[in-house]
Amino acid sequence: MAISLTKLDPNFKFQVASTPGGENITRCFACGTCSAGCPVREIDERYNPRKIIHMVLLGMKDEVLKSDFIWLCTSCYTCSERCPQDVGITDLMTALKNIAVQEGYVHPSYIEQIKALSSFDGLYEIADFDNKKREKFGLPKIQRKGEVLKEIMDRTGISRLAGGEK
Amino acid sequence: MKYALFLGCTVPVRGMNYEIAARKVAERIGLHLVDVDEFTCCGFPVKAVDVETSFLMAARNLALAENRGLDICTLCSACTSTLTEVNKVLKEDEELREIINEKLGNIRYNGNIEVKHFSRILYEDLGICELKNFIVEPLEGFRFAPHYGCHYLKPSEVYEEFDNPEAPVSLDELIMVTGAESVDYTTLKNCCGGGILGIDENVALKMSAKKLMELKDKGIDGLISICPFCSIMYEGNQKKIEKMENAEIGIPVFYYPQILGLALGIPPDELGFKLNRVKPKAFLEKLGA
Ligand code: SF4
Ligand code: SF4
Repeated sequence: MAISLTKLDPNFKFQVASTPGGENITRCFACGTCSAGCPVREIDERYNPRKIIHMVLLGMKDEVLKSDFIWLCTSCYTCSERCPQDVGITDLMTALKNIAVQEGYVHPSYIEQIKALSSFDGLYEIADFDNKKREKFGLPKIQRKGEVLKEIMDRTGISRLAGGEK
Repeated sequence: MKYALFLGCTVPVRGMNYEIAARKVAERIGLHLVDVDEFTCCGFPVKAVDVETSFLMAARNLALAENRGLDICTLCSACTSTLTEVNKVLKEDEELREIINEKLGNIRYNGNIEVKHFSRILYEDLGICELKNFIVEPLEGFRFAPHYGCHYLKPSEVYEEFDNPEAPVSLDELIMVTGAESVDYTTLKNCCGGGILGIDENVALKMSAKKLMELKDKGIDGLISICPFCSIMYEGNQKKIEKMENAEIGIPVFYYPQILGLALGIPPDELGFKLNRVKPKAFLEKLGA
């Protein structure tokens, strides 16, 4: 990918560094340990944590935030455990995703999850059918009303991503 | 030993066999599990969207347990890492705790409880030696491959290093105490890929395929999971993986409490094996059930 100098945002790395999880980004000395052990990279060469860090440091804000790759991190923490500079890459990837959301790029699968959480207080509905099955196996009934998390998400403003309030 | 049982989203709907077996095992070994109706999702799914929201969700769950004077026992590893991490941060950062409590409004968390995965409770609170005393039907002649998964041990700084994520032993020891063999293998520490199943199914399935493809020729009686997400990947999606790899795999995936339960003398039909997706017919026959 050619770098277009006019589009570089020199402040991007500071934005990342001031987002929870991104604090240590400037410590990276590009050793590549993170990429070498990344299980997603093992499957798909295009996903490369070290490269993403480098792109952030260069200020390639749009490319990073619009890329599908930031969503591909499984949060396995392999890189975080091994990074000699304690960059905390897993949390850094989370920070990038949080920034992407703030800038309007949210992966559709998360919209579905937010909808589920607002309706069921969990990722899945626990329907009568499920409770009947639970009863059959001697498990207690579960009744989640689906009001608690919606209220929290209304308050932090993420309900809006699912077309909810605010 | 008394804990509030935190089921999370997946276990009570898609991992009932895990819950059934864990409750039975708990009863046998004197671990008192208390149900808390008001628990919700732990907060893990929204972490990628907004860390603050996930903190609020986690803190509310921690506060519910604290109000009852109980520590939390988790079954899902994603719940474990989310609740453990938020717990650690809120214990150490009083200022943030006040901000979070302020935002929670009607409930507050004071930082007084612990969060532990069911397996960690067995390993740490009870201990392998003590657990051994409960074994009445040792699973001699059985060979299992442990799957630790990621969030049971990582990030290690939130887990007080009760086990080493680069060379873990706790689940191996928990398998061995049942009388079975714990099989070592190359892809032991691989991530199941579950975290990105909804983002890129193909990449996620390829990740879980690596482990299954190695294990299929190892002559094991089953893969041992301690997380519902990992089980969905290795068990629920095993058919898809067989198709993708054009190979026959047929590896049963058990939740650890299911095999421990057998060793404790709990009848197989009380341990939820009917709900296992890869039918453990050969295993149950070998068991003589
Ligand atoms: S392991 Fe750490 S220091 Fe090395 S490239 Fe990755 S983030 Fe940078
Ligand atoms: S946490 Fe993300 S970036 Fe790091 S090794 Fe795992 S998948 Fe790769």
